[in-house]
Amino acid sequence: MNNEILVRMANDIANFFSAGNDEATAAREVANHLSKLWAPRMRRQIIEFGRSGGEGLSPIARAAVAQLVEPAARAG
Amino acid sequence: MYSIDHNDLGTPASSSATLVTIEIDGHAISVPEGTSVMRAAALAGTRIPKLCATDSLKSFGSCRLCLVEIDGRRGYPASCTTQVADGMKVRTDSEKLSQLRRGVVELYVSEHPLDCDGCPADGHCELQDMAKLHGVTGNVYMAGDRCPERITHESKHVEFKADTSNPYFNFNPDLCIVCSRCVRACDETQGTLALTISGRGLGSQVSASQNESFLDSECVSCGACVEACPTAALSEKSLAMIAKPVDKAVTTTCAYCGVGCSLKAEVSDGKVARMVPNRDGHANQGHACVKGRFAYGYATHADRIRTPMIRKSITDPWREVSWDEAIAYAASEFKRIQSRYGRDSVGGITSSRCTNEETYLVQKLVRAAFGNNNVDTCARVCHSPTGWGLKQTLGESAGTQAFTSVMKSDVIIMMGANPTEGHPVFASQLKRALRAGAKLIVIDPREIALVRTPHIEAAHHLQLRPGTNVAVMTALAHVVVTEGLVREDYVRERCDLESFDKWRRFVADPARSPEATEAVTGVPAATLRAAARLYASAKNGAIYYGLGVTEHSQGSTTVLGIANLAMATGNIGREGVGVNPLRGQNNVQGSCDMGSFPHEFPGYRHVSDDTTRHLLESEWGVPLGNEPGLRIPNMFEAALDGSFKGMYIQGEDIAQSDPNTHHVVAALTALECVVVQDIFMCETAKFAHVLLPGASFLEKDGTFTNAERRISRVRKVIEPLAGLADWEVTVRLANALGYPMNYRHPSEIMAEIARLTPTFTGVTYEKLDRLGSIQWPCNEAAPEGTPTMHVSAFVRGKGKFFATEYVPTRERVNARFPLLLTTGRVLTQYNVGAQTRRTLNNVWHDEDLVEIHPHDAETRGVVDGDWIGITSRAGETVLRAQVTDRVQPGVIYTTFHFPESGANVVTTDNSDWATNCPEYKVTAVEVMKVDKPLDWQTRFRQNRENRLPAREDAGAHA
Repeated sequence: MNNEILVRMANDIANFFSAGNDEATAAREVANHLSKLWAPRMRRQIIEFGRSGGEGLSPIARAAVAQLVEPAARAG
Repeated sequence: MYSIDHNDLGTPASSSATLVTIEIDGHAISVPEGTSVMRAAALAGTRIPKLCATDSLKSFGSCRLCLVEIDGRRGYPASCTTQVADGMKVRTDSEKLSQLRRGVVELYVSEHPLDCDGCPADGHCELQDMAKLHGVTGNVYMAGDRCPERITHESKHVEFKADTSNPYFNFNPDLCIVCSRCVRACDETQGTLALTISGRGLGSQVSASQNESFLDSECVSCGACVEACPTAALSEKSLAMIAKPVDKAVTTTCAYCGVGCSLKAEVSDGKVARMVPNRDGHANQGHACVKGRFAYGYATHADRIRTPMIRKSITDPWREVSWDEAIAYAASEFKRIQSRYGRDSVGGITSSRCTNEETYLVQKLVRAAFGNNNVDTCARVCHSPTGWGLKQTLGESAGTQAFTSVMKSDVIIMMGANPTEGHPVFASQLKRALRAGAKLIVIDPREIALVRTPHIEAAHHLQLRPGTNVAVMTALAHVVVTEGLVREDYVRERCDLESFDKWRRFVADPARSPEATEAVTGVPAATLRAAARLYASAKNGAIYYGLGVTEHSQGSTTVLGIANLAMATGNIGREGVGVNPLRGQNNVQGSCDMGSFPHEFPGYRHVSDDTTRHLLESEWGVPLGNEPGLRIPNMFEAALDGSFKGMYIQGEDIAQSDPNTHHVVAALTALECVVVQDIFMCETAKFAHVLLPGASFLEKDGTFTNAERRISRVRKVIEPLAGLADWEVTVRLANALGYPMNYRHPSEIMAEIARLTPTFTGVTYEKLDRLGSIQWPCNEAAPEGTPTMHVSAFVRGKGKFFATEYVPTRERVNARFPLLLTTGRVLTQYNVGAQTRRTLNNVWHDEDLVEIHPHDAETRGVVDGDWIGITSRAGETVLRAQVTDRVQPGVIYTTFHFPESGANVVTTDNSDWATNCPEYKVTAVEVMKVDKPLDWQTRFRQNRENRLPAREDAGAHA
């Protein structure tokens, strides 16, 4: 998938959870949102993108991506 | 003429809980206080003659046929206008009463000849019935024994002309008895007040607006007058075309908007003769609109796909094949793709136009037969923020009320919805509430009809700039919090206090005040403050909203803001209040309930929920994935990067309905196998490899769930045109994929849904037949359903508040794109128009127009009717201009009912942060005057006009 789109989506989610939350809480909420609503292939890609610098990710989005657990690979 | 199987009780029911006992012809009966003598008699089994009375309208007392004798009372009171009183003794029949009634009928017949042969109402005409009952066979006022000179209808009606202007019904004044039922129906049932009785004495006649034709008048063609008419003066044109009398009425549910009206399909000689609203219908209370009542001709339109087709490549011609070959080919392609590209390389889309049972099967096929969670639904592009937002705050992804709840509301906020166009039958109910004294606050960039319409004027219109919903909603909350309008006791008892305190501090910030945000929202601070005070101070405040809330980059945030406001003011958990999403399509709620989202199983249970997943695995017999699948826009992206290769699309036209058409087309073109199941060769079918004929709602059994969570039966009226109902097609495809499905009837699918879904545990077809409809949750705790949710506590426990920071959309105006385009619907067309464009509704709206403010038009040299080019960052299209101050300067507005309009060629792929619901409602554009539409638009329109139905083809065939 297009990294630019994933970054944009992650930043939008971070924007929402920034409101009324400290950074740590916001990052945790963002990570939780990504885990529950993003398909594994999207999470894998944003994790990889974060590891390679994560250019364009907002600080909270970047912190959230760093917390994501690599989804397990499926057979088939 | 009301439905042939309607048991008319003469006057409406009383809602009083106090019972009164009276005696009718010597038999005692107890009825609610306020009941008419006529209705009490009907309930006791005695039919008092009547003409001007019908149980959908308030009693009128004009025909003088329903006279009775009451002990201790002088004269012969009309039983329709006389209410029961304890101990009352009534006689409904006597020699004197017969004489009086016969005299009345004779007078009516003198003005309305009994030329019944060939009359569309023959056999169901109430005047005909009364004449027979009283032995009147003709005009007794002919010159002769009883009359010195002939005063017949010929002399009276000489100047009256039949009005055939409406495409669906005729008005023949010669058959009119001036009972005013039509006028009252237009007032009481519809609320448009388009009809009146003009003239005096023998010259009295029903007139539409100022003696205009029905088509040119304010009439909205809802048909309430037609149904109320006791004769054939107002009569469906379709009835004049039937060969044999109507012999059957099948109760079913409308397939248009989320109101989900209960309708009766009347059948004659194997064809649908007409559609009549069910007066016992719980969602619609006996009403319908121009779409549901009249626009069903699409079901038998010549464009219907009747044979399966396949092709190797989308550039190849279609080849008609048998069902077996088409299904086998589709299955082999999906297997090939999964074998080559992996299990997650395919997915499916369920349809909000199909039944609950059908959407359940499609998601089951994806999860169990494809073996992944790549299933999504068209709710993605409309109300996915509602599902997500209400789940977070209240704990359930659904509206909180029944439609009838609005009658107990004191203040109603209508935000981003235009119900007189999009949800007309609910709008009629809303108008009744407003005319009874409820106050209305409209929050909409455009001046919708409800802002000012006959007998209704909104208390406040917050005419905000498109894209600033969150700022407005947060400013409303700011006023509530800073002016001491929070219902502290309610919040303390029912809400999560930590989140509430955080929210209270957040919204109280002066930066979020009406004054601070006025420059952004365009809403005067004083107006916003007044609106907030009005809502928060109401005994019962209700919020209704539509796609103007959800289809934004902050759609989910606004839904959270709405729930915040309702909780803070104590407006959830009883009748008259609540948070009420007005759903776009007939089964949006149902398709979401059935597990159509990629992260949720049926009943909104997350795929990672082990208990639910193990339950489904044991029932479905296969392991299920515990990770969310791809959403529709994610599928497009994955198609473009080559990791997603096949789609099974049931009843959704993503190539027309989804934003940024060029992007969607590129994604569809990249797929190796697209299987489209649809009733028409839709835009998406142009990119399909397998086309499976769908079945219309008339051709199958099942259930729909409307915006009130009301589950209603869909019943088969005619056989599927292509031989199979949609659920049967999915069953065959699953079997061909190697996953066995063995359902013999949709009731078996519902039984499985009930077994596996806690909110549906008590739902059965037998119970639906018995109760008429059921609002979920329906289970042991609520065996007959739940009209009002969150009564004693929120489903999630404590209601949770969320901070709602306004974040401007990326779609910003600049010098290149200085205007904002927003979109909506018209009454007579529906969604992308696939159904209504193939009906005579095109008489009212046969092209999408773009509304532009006079100031913006003038600066661009545009006048009404000019072609104007609309250019956005995504694309361009051309539409005809309608210059109007309904829109504010800087904003233009259009509808999206015709594919040649290309509304989604210009919308962008911006989307809601939480759900990816597209931001249809805000697109930065520039417009300029042009000479003509684009070439592709002209071709589209020509193709469509070549396929318009002849009027006589409008009936559906059994």
